[in-house]
Amino acid sequence: MSGHLAFDLAHLLAGSLVLASFMLLYQDRLYALINVYAGHALVLTLSVAWQAYIQNAPHLYITAGLALGFKAIIIPVALRRIVQQLGIHREIETVVGIGLTMLAGMALVALSMVVMLRVTGAAAPIAREDLAFALAVVLLGLLTMVTRRNAVSQIIGFMSLENGLVLAATGAKGMPLVVEISVAFSILIAFIVIGIFLFRIRERFDTVDVGAMDQFRGERR
Amino acid sequence: MMGFAFERMEAVLLIPLGAAALLAFLPGYRLSARLNVAAAFLTLLVSVSLLLGDRSAPGRYLLIDDLNIVFIVLTTFVGFTTSVFSASYIGHEIETKRLTPVYLRFYHAMYQVLMFAMNLALLANNIGLMWVAVEMATLTTVLMVGIYRTHEALEAAWKYFILGSVGIALALFGTILIYVAAQPVIGEGIDAMVWTELVAHASSFDPALLNVAFIFLLMGYGTKVGLAPLHAWLPDAHAEGPTPISAVLSGLLLNVALYAVLRFKVLLSANDAAVAPGPLMVTLGLVSLIFAAFMLYRRRDIKRLFAYSSIEHMGIITFAFGMGGPLANFAGLLHMTMHSLTKSGIFFAVGHIAQVKGTQRIADIGGLTETHPWLGWSLVLGVIAIAGFPPLGIFMSEFLVVSSTFARQPLLAILLVAGLLIALGALLLRLNGLAFGEPRGAVAPVKASYVPLFAHLALVFAAGIYLPPQLVIWFQHVSSLLK
Repeated sequence: MSGHLAFDLAHLLAGSLVLASFMLLYQDRLYALINVYAGHALVLTLSVAWQAYIQNAPHLYITAGLALGFKAIIIPVALRRIVQQLGIHREIETVVGIGLTMLAGMALVALSMVVMLRVTGAAAPIAREDLAFALAVVLLGLLTMVTRRNAVSQIIGFMSLENGLVLAATGAKGMPLVVEISVAFSILIAFIVIGIFLFRIRERFDTVDVGAMDQFRGERR
Repeated sequence: MMGFAFERMEAVLLIPLGAAALLAFLPGYRLSARLNVAAAFLTLLVSVSLLLGDRSAPGRYLLIDDLNIVFIVLTTFVGFTTSVFSASYIGHEIETKRLTPVYLRFYHAMYQVLMFAMNLALLANNIGLMWVAVEMATLTTVLMVGIYRTHEALEAAWKYFILGSVGIALALFGTILIYVAAQPVIGEGIDAMVWTELVAHASSFDPALLNVAFIFLLMGYGTKVGLAPLHAWLPDAHAEGPTPISAVLSGLLLNVALYAVLRFKVLLSANDAAVAPGPLMVTLGLVSLIFAAFMLYRRRDIKRLFAYSSIEHMGIITFAFGMGGPLANFAGLLHMTMHSLTKSGIFFAVGHIAQVKGTQRIADIGGLTETHPWLGWSLVLGVIAIAGFPPLGIFMSEFLVVSSTFARQPLLAILLVAGLLIALGALLLRLNGLAFGEPRGAVAPVKASYVPLFAHLALVFAAGIYLPPQLVIWFQHVSSLLK
């Protein structure tokens, strides 16, 4: 295996993850958003599997398998069912316009490149690129969360953010506890999704729009 | 002897875990409340024996040293007293049918899981393990905040969930960056995440990477401390959950998150080329203090009032640790201990007050010293303590923070004093309406457990008058560890 191919493919996959994060930013339909997220998780799966292969770290295949089975299949299916059963509005309300969000997204990506590439001079090139892309994915995930008012799309923003973290953790060569951490995160996400469903945020708040929840704040009673 | 010490270290973790498993299956709330108390007491005993006995060498996962034992004893002590308070609080919730027996079983099991997670976070010698433990503590408290399943409780739990998750996500990114910084020096694998190894080699880490990592860790764990721009979850979570959980959140969980920040601060201080972590913490602490002090005036809900007061005090503690140096660190540790004791004591009183009045609205509660003299006067004493009046414990620690700051940064000290006075005004204003004047709200007698409440207040009172020299020497030693 030539070093070039290993690097180029890792670079390509991490870059695709950033691209998928951008795609999450401009979706305005809930189902489309869920589909793009499934794609996001699929890219992560490939990226983690590739890292497992080039680092010769078989335990990372567990993380890859988890990303594929749980994040790319089970969660999107579950979210679709939740949207159906709770009768959530299919359109997503955004806080600011798409154009502005995209500009902010670009600024965040540039920021993470500048910061991470500058400070990781000593690290291996693959880890450097991965960390820079991972920070971009994390920041874009945060942006998705703050520009959406709807609980399901906030969750998707959070999950894409978490994919960025898994990318960073697998990119750091030989990092211990990656599998444990990815399992812990999956449990967290499962809790969030089950929580929405069990507590029937739709039923309780009449909407999964987090903005509407504000009226229940104790102090405005 | 080494083996014995190691077993005790694990016992602090295993007792809560075993109790949680047992409590999840035990029917009958009286029995499980008692078992909860017993388990908490046993954990406290073991942690005290850890404090007094000799220690084992740090392992790859667990560690006990002079810094974390202070936190562990405090955590297990407040955990125990809160479980006693919880037993009588829960009895009332069952009578008024706010909680069903099934939820109660869940509540008790979660209480012990929370104790386990906090002890694990404190004992962890591995930054990955510490992160997992803090996440676990977040999850369990989220579940308990939402346990009443009202609009407000669910909204509070949701907000806490989302903000807490973002916080721990940022903290994880910081943790990964620390590993990336350590890996070229220590080598691949678990050793590059072991805290004692990290500190030993920190001077040869890449300083730029450490700086970026610390920013993420400070913002991430700072969210859980409740520092100002990231505090939005805190008042809601305190106000809408069961009061024993408010007491544990304010008294313990915020400390655990702060402990994580402190660990990384020590790591950064060990590298001369890295940015000084102090000024960042000073800024965040001061902003939290002043912001919370102003917000105190607009509170209409009694539990929210004291939640904002927790933000204020966490700000002071972060400020003190950020200033650094032997005196400020000493003051920070003392203030943390005093705040934990006082604030959980106040929540014990507030819990019973809210139960007897059937409301948390400050406007609907009044004249407590007339209708419920024991509760009313305890609240008065607690608020006087938390506002920082002499001769109580918090006055002493605040005085130390202020005087050590005056000696080094007079301008900052002026801001600090301003924040303290503004908060004091708000607390006294609210206290006046709550405790004195025309009685408002229900006047039915209350079945309260005063023992934990009085124990906390007595300790705070005693600490204000006389600190045992052993304790002072101990805290001074720990302050020197913190740099």
